[in-house]
Order: sequence, then structure tokens, then C-alpha cells
Amino acid sequence: MIAETISIAGHGGDEIEAYTASPSTDAARGGVVVIHHLPGYDRATKEITRRFAELGYDAICPNLYHREAPGAAPDDAAATARAQGGVPDERLIGEVQGAAAHLRSLAHSNGKVGVIGYCSGGRQSVLAACNVDLDAAVDCYGAFVVGTPPEGFPLPISGFPEQIPSLRCPLLGLFGNDDAHPSPADVDELERLLKDAGKTYEFHRYDDAGHAFFSVDRPSYRVAAALDGWERIEAFFSTYLGGN
Amino acid sequence: MCTYATVNVKLEGSAKGAGGVGSKWFHVTDGTVYFDHPVHAMADHTLNIDFADPSRGPGARVAVELTAASARELVSAIEAALASAPAEMTV
Repeated sequence: MIAETISIAGHGGDEIEAYTASPSTDAARGGVVVIHHLPGYDRATKEITRRFAELGYDAICPNLYHREAPGAAPDDAAATARAQGGVPDERLIGEVQGAAAHLRSLAHSNGKVGVIGYCSGGRQSVLAACNVDLDAAVDCYGAFVVGTPPEGFPLPISGFPEQIPSLRCPLLGLFGNDDAHPSPADVDELERLLKDAGKTYEFHRYDDAGHAFFSVDRPSYRVAAALDGWERIEAFFSTYLGGN
Repeated sequence: MCTYATVNVKLEGSAKGAGGVGSKWFHVTDGTVYFDHPVHAMADHTLNIDFADPSRGPGARVAVELTAASARELVSAIEAALASAPAEMTV
């Protein structure tokens, strides 16, 4: 495996930092864009990126806070980006588009690219899949795909149910039944929208799991849900990103 | 969840921390207060405060992550400390 930090062309063609990991083989393979959670481009997300390389994919995690805080420690960059209002949706779409184009340009690419995101990145994964040509998307407990944030919400985040009919690829959703955002009712609503629009999707909901159950470095970690979730992700990406 | 909720406040004072170069005092101009996932504290959500001087870069920041109960106790302690001082000193 080769893992390194590089520059890619992001939204508007601007250079942004990204962490990449690729298998050291000549096999044709798909690519995976990893969208980090609100706490940032951190060690745990880079571990996830390397895990996708271990699974046989070219993986890339764009630093969504590079513009606000180039070269800063991930937690300081996250704090700076939050203080400035967070990542605008339009910019996020551009960054994922740039990351996907980078993956497709690699020598061993089979042309297929998926996206996965956790927490705020789960919402952004679905948003990207509604606006970027992707082959598979995974939403890990993203809040505000549907639903309205509380009144007076300071960051420019909103649900986008009207975009669900534009979803361009199959969606895998992984949710904890003890989560409040997204709540089981929010997940029901997203499932209804997907069904009504005739989209291909696969949802799994876990008991004894709340938000962030994949986070191995947080008290929210739930080993049973996380292990099953990883198996679902592997199977899903193998189905939609595999082949030559 | 990611609450996204963020409250920004202008501050006037100093903090001791990285300050961009080593551990030293620096002027604090901005505070960011939010209830969301911590980076380090062993809790799903904490009340987080960043004391910062954005003009000195992202590293000029002193961060705390407190459980909700601790944060409320801190608010009470701050108010008690201010109330204990002569009123003319705390205008």
C-alpha cells in the first residue's frame, strides 16, 4: 500500500490537500472518496481511507478545511472552519467532483468511483451522489438529508429532500436506532423518498447503536454494529465498484 | 449527531496555549461555543469553547471540552466569581 498527502484540483479548480491510499498492485480497481466528519480530516478518517486501500480500492480523503486552514492541525482546522460557518454545499460538491476525477485518472482505475461519509459526511455523501457522476454512495448516519434544522440554526445546513429524485447511483444507508439525528423517523422519511423515486438503495438499522457507532476512538463505538456495517460496505462496493 | 450549532462571541483578554509558536500567552479576540462531538473528552457530546485569535492563524487557540453538567457548573462559578467582586470593578 502507498499512502501519502497530495494536492488535487477541487471546487473551481482550486488546489486542495487530500490524503490518498492505494494498493501496491497492478489490478484494475474502483475508487472511493472518503468524506471526513465535522471534527475534520483526522487520524481516524485517514485510517478509514487506508482501510479502503487494504480492501483493494484507490481511496482519497479531501481535506474539506484546507481553504480555511492550510497546514493546520486537523482539530484546529475544524475549529476555524466551524467559526467561519462550515463548508458550503456547492463547494463540497466541487471537492467531491475533483476527488472523483482524480481517482478516475489513476493508471489502474476501472472508471468506477464511490463515495462514503460519516456523520456530517453522511449527509454530504448523499448530496454528492445527487450532483456528481458516481457509481455508489454510502451514508453513515448523516443528519439533515431530510428534516429541518432547529430555528436559528447558525450554519447554512438544510435538508434536501427535493434532490433525492436526482440521486445518480445506488445508496447504502447505515443507521443507529438510538440516534436522534437522524432519528428512525428521519430514516423512514428518506427511505420513503427513495422508494417513491424508484431508486436502488439498501438500508440497515442497528439496535443498541446511536450516532457515530463506527468511531473506534469514541464512546459511541458499537462493535457489533460497526463489524456488520463494514461487511455491508464491503459487499456494496464490491457489487458496484468491482470489475475491470 | 453533528449538532452544527455554533455561537460566536467577540472577546477581549488573553489565553495561554500554543499561540502559533510554542506555549505562551496570546491576545484573545474571539470565542466559539458549541455543543457537539469532542476531539478528546470521553463523551458523545460536550460543550466546547475555543478561545482564539484568528489573525494569528488556526493554531492560536485554547480549546476546552466539558460535559454538559460541568459546563453549567462553570457558568455558575463564573457568575459567582463576578458577583463576589465589587460591582465597580466588573463593569
